[in-house]
Amino acid sequence: MRILTCVKRVPAPGARINLTEDQRAIDARHLSFTVSPHEECAVEEGIRLREANGGTVTVLTLGPAESEEQLRYAISVGADTAELILTDGEEWDPQSTANALASRIKDLEAEGEAFDLILFGNESADAGGYQVGIRVAHLLGRPIITGIKGLQVEQQTVVARREVESGFEVYRLPLPAVVAVKEGINLPRYPTLPGRLKAKKAEVANLGPAVGIGGGLQMRMLRTPKEQQTVTTVLGRGADAAPAVVDLLAELGLLR
Amino acid sequence: MVFVGDQPGEIESQAITLGHSLGSVEAVVLGDVTIVGLNRVWSVQHPLLSDYAPEAIAEALAQLVGREMPAAVIAAGTERGNEVMAHLGALLDLPLASNIVSVDAADDDWELTRVRWGGSLLEEATLSAFVKLLTVAPHSQPAFAGSGDPEVTVFTPEIDDSLARTRVTERVTVEAGISLTTAPVVVSGGRGVGSAEGFATLEQLANLLGGAVGCSRVVTNNGWRSHRDQVGQTGTRIAPSLYIACGISGAIQHWVGMMAAKKVLAINTDPDAPMVTKADYAVIGDLHEILPAIVDEVKRRKGLE
Repeated sequence: MRILTCVKRVPAPGARINLTEDQRAIDARHLSFTVSPHEECAVEEGIRLREANGGTVTVLTLGPAESEEQLRYAISVGADTAELILTDGEEWDPQSTANALASRIKDLEAEGEAFDLILFGNESADAGGYQVGIRVAHLLGRPIITGIKGLQVEQQTVVARREVESGFEVYRLPLPAVVAVKEGINLPRYPTLPGRLKAKKAEVANLGPAVGIGGGLQMRMLRTPKEQQTVTTVLGRGADAAPAVVDLLAELGLLR
Repeated sequence: MVFVGDQPGEIESQAITLGHSLGSVEAVVLGDVTIVGLNRVWSVQHPLLSDYAPEAIAEALAQLVGREMPAAVIAAGTERGNEVMAHLGALLDLPLASNIVSVDAADDDWELTRVRWGGSLLEEATLSAFVKLLTVAPHSQPAFAGSGDPEVTVFTPEIDDSLARTRVTERVTVEAGISLTTAPVVVSGGRGVGSAEGFATLEQLANLLGGAVGCSRVVTNNGWRSHRDQVGQTGTRIAPSLYIACGISGAIQHWVGMMAAKKVLAINTDPDAPMVTKADYAVIGDLHEILPAIVDEVKRRKGLE
């Protein structure tokens, strides 16, 4: 089974995000970077599918030269090969990103065999556009389902489960297919020492630099939302505060 | 044109509000759904659309857009809304601005604000397209209120059977208590709960209040709770009347999942934790002592003891 997983380099979630002076980008100087959380699970899922079915896992990203760090992480947890489409560092709009990824995937498939399964994260942690995977699937003429938290491959079909309020929905897509997964589909493993050594030596195919074609959605600037000033009412300390808490519950009509 | 689908809820209603602020709204529904207060509703009818099928829905929308040429197609920034609109954008090769909070449509190019990082950062962007595609960030607009029955027009698209490849083939119902997204009160635990077993008291309190149990990302990463219970950017976004955060420090990726809560009560040993300083109410101390005391007091007042 040939599997391709697409990832994006993003600042580690939870860090305080400061902006550059021109407010066109985030100030990366004091941040550590990671693979977007949903994609970390996409990498893990690809490796698990390969372990179960044999085959290869390739990871692909589009981003600045530093994105090599995220590709090496994917190799350290078990991916076989890595490909980088180098940008000038500016963030690309979703249409340009999808066009570049699809065109590179077509090239890779022309060089070897077609990918049976292409995995994406549901949305990137930073831009959160919810669309690159779907656009790539359309450009390749393949089916895609997103928001997936359970995946199984049965012969030429991928069975995918999406969580909904009442339980889950099941989809069956014919391969080759594209699936966008969400955190919770698995618990990603940590890199092993041999994995780290392999990642250090691995060759990352570096393509580019590429220039994004101006899409119809252009970011002008970033800003931090106004923080609401909340006055916190301290109801008390320790167990003694229980009556005050229950008074509050009654006041909010929650004690019925 | 606002795509509503077959389940018009609060978030869909908020998307109509945004559309209404830009001009006259026509809603697109699947099947026999009606929206009070609009002039026109397009009822899309096709056997393939009897259950959720994102590709087929987008194909139907693309045909309707080609015929009616609306200035914009807007949907709710829900899992389904974002998915259908991305398919539509791919089919029509048009840009999609997802999860917007406001739009200035004075010129040909629209100036809009959209959320990044689940809402902790805002992006100002320009959208230039013949037909503008947008999804509206949940809880960024009030619900739509209007009166009067709309004129309903049936639209029957031509959809190739092959698009059934991405249709729901089966539904599995999981017996669960009150759902996280609709619960009036959510009792949520973080690192401070310390273990899977530690959630028993949170369960007890949630049961007594008719609420649900939530948790932070640390908890699901440690395997203490199912990912289904995770509140936050990579989990579920909720807007309960009261959010009780027990032992949750309040990292930004958690905060964006519950910032729509009407009131927040933080229970934490650290009075300087972000969750405490941003909460409406706080109790300082060990949740393992405080929660049982609250449970006892609730039982006493309800006459259960």
